[in-house]
Amino acid sequence: MSSLEITNLHVSIGEKEIVKGLSLTVNSGEVHALMGPNGTGKSTLSKAIIGHPDYTITGGDVRLDGKSVLQMEPDERARAGLFLAFQYPSEIPGVTIANFIRAALQARHAEGEELDASAYYKRLYQKMDMLKIDRKFTSRAVNAGFSGGEKKRCEILQMAMIEPKFALMDETDSGLDIDALKIVSEGVNQLRGPGLGVLMITHYQRLLNYIVPDHVHVMWDGRIVRSGDKSLAVELEAKGYTWVKKELAHA
Amino acid sequence: MSQIDTTASAAAENPFAGIDQSSGNFSYDVKYDFDAGSGLNERTVDYISTVKKDAPWIREFRQNALKAFLAKPMPTHWATKDLENINFDKIRYYLSSGQKPKRTWDEVPDDIKHTFERLGIPEQERKFLAGVEAQFDSEAAYSNIKDVVSKQGVIFMNSGEALKEHPDLFRKWFGKVIPTGDNKFSALNSAVFSGGSFIYVPPGVKVSHPLQAYFRINAENFGQFERTLIIADEGAEVTYMEGCTAPKFSTSTLHSAVVELVALKGAKIQYITVQNWANNVFNLVTKRGLAHEEAEIKWIDCNIGSRLTMKYPGVVLKGRKSRGEVISIALANDGQHQDTGAKMVHGADETTSNIVAKSISVGQGRSTYRGLVHIPRHLKGCKSNTECDALLINTNSRTDTYPSITVRGSENSVQHEASVSKVSEEQILYMRQRGLTEGQAMSLSVNGFVNDLASQFPMEYSVELKRLIDLEMEGSVG
Repeated sequence: MSSLEITNLHVSIGEKEIVKGLSLTVNSGEVHALMGPNGTGKSTLSKAIIGHPDYTITGGDVRLDGKSVLQMEPDERARAGLFLAFQYPSEIPGVTIANFIRAALQARHAEGEELDASAYYKRLYQKMDMLKIDRKFTSRAVNAGFSGGEKKRCEILQMAMIEPKFALMDETDSGLDIDALKIVSEGVNQLRGPGLGVLMITHYQRLLNYIVPDHVHVMWDGRIVRSGDKSLAVELEAKGYTWVKKELAHA
Repeated sequence: MSQIDTTASAAAENPFAGIDQSSGNFSYDVKYDFDAGSGLNERTVDYISTVKKDAPWIREFRQNALKAFLAKPMPTHWATKDLENINFDKIRYYLSSGQKPKRTWDEVPDDIKHTFERLGIPEQERKFLAGVEAQFDSEAAYSNIKDVVSKQGVIFMNSGEALKEHPDLFRKWFGKVIPTGDNKFSALNSAVFSGGSFIYVPPGVKVSHPLQAYFRINAENFGQFERTLIIADEGAEVTYMEGCTAPKFSTSTLHSAVVELVALKGAKIQYITVQNWANNVFNLVTKRGLAHEEAEIKWIDCNIGSRLTMKYPGVVLKGRKSRGEVISIALANDGQHQDTGAKMVHGADETTSNIVAKSISVGQGRSTYRGLVHIPRHLKGCKSNTECDALLINTNSRTDTYPSITVRGSENSVQHEASVSKVSEEQILYMRQRGLTEGQAMSLSVNGFVNDLASQFPMEYSVELKRLIDLEMEGSVG
């Protein structure tokens, strides 16, 4: 079993501190939801964990299976098992999804050790069938001209193929209509299992109707102010973020 | 003979590495039997004529060309001042160990044979080529055409041999597409040319596999001046591919070729270059084709490496309904300047030209696009399309575009599109988050950028191009 431990983490963008001492542990097999209003530091947390160069970690630690990842390059962290489903994934013109995922998997092989192409495609098509993705999809260039829903499905497909130990999902529900939300959620639910830990970042409770979390955390002003089970999300939905502001922020 | 080897034997272990730069970075200490010495004057040109047993008209042609070369100024009023760093007095203009190419690899002298084996040429020949010519410094060391192709009447030989064996055919077209005085470097080539290919494809013959030439510079302070002439007779079709490498010396090397293509009525010529010069090479090449009625000429030109490349493949659309196309990919890394482009001169009604140029500038690398499209007033129904895209990687990169389009008359259609894009940090981070190293990520971006063009190449060459890009991008991270 793997663990992702975030301890007393402080993150700044430039001079401004955004995450102010956040602690959270996710174990394999668990789905954690991190909720909170905009601007509270949720996305900053996910980008700092994967090593985005614009985010400076000024204190605390992030450990994957007991080993700090903070000195690792972003690609080393990825190969060690951390995956971020981006809120706004980049376009890569001219590179097909199939070739991109293949390059990502190839990067996990030793130099000179070629990925078996036919086995790769077989597995890719299995995952696509599982996620109900059309075969033509992977011959399109990564995210180029994609709708919001297509971008998110592309992220989920990559996650399915790469099989990370931990997936950070940044506002996976944003920009999706209800049908797209259902499809993406089904995909995530298919991938849930003992080998995967998920930290799902969301502004809205509605995503949690489709992906039911084991744990829910409420974030406010750079810290987790309350943790609980899925009922916390329902409570939050009923009382709104003003409740967080009034009651939890000063707790 | 001793071997000067600057890289480990990685290339020897990978005979398919072909034209990647590290595998090209070695040289042999060959004892040349013929050496014109350093510097250029009438005696140098005389020496070359004598060694090559030139006919009187060629002797005269060379001497006239020398005068034209000396009279012409460096084109630094429009081109880079870096041209002034070429020291014509230090260059050696002719080096060879004999003028007659061998027909089998076994007869090729060991060091030269080993060079081409390390570059993977005999292997490629067996795999997919209809004929190969391998030039080592001034002369072809090896030249062979498969029997099935020569039985169709196809002539493929060194241009020196062709001058002797097919003088009439040669003389009819030689210097007609690119006159001596076209530019300073075409004049230089005309004075000291040696090697290069001559191809004649008889009417209606379609050569099914590509013919390939490989140009190898081995010696330091050397100038390579091959001359290629390809004639496709009525309805004939041929694809020619060339590759080039040189070792990395600290002194500069000059490569200045002239390539002339003639496509007679309804003929098709496709000319593919994947060059990978070491970055001390001044690569100043003139390439032009003449397309007769309904003929088609397509240049596919990949420029990687060199210190300065100036090359603008062109097509003169002489016959009605002829077509010209230039597909150009240039990658300028640190210390390199790729000054490339295309020329399309419409000379008849209903002619079509298409130019797609993609350049990549990395670090301090500089790429320049120069395009010329000319459609005179009296023509009707001509179409021309130019698409020119630049990709910048790292902030110091530079790209310039100088299109020159003169279209007169109103019954023609012309399009020009240009774009400049950057590989963003977000894009690189996104790929690194999927596990790719920074170098792999940049390489994938660049390959994506040229993908639509690379997919038009024969498979072996698109694989090679990808390998070269990977190598350049891996090296550019730091």
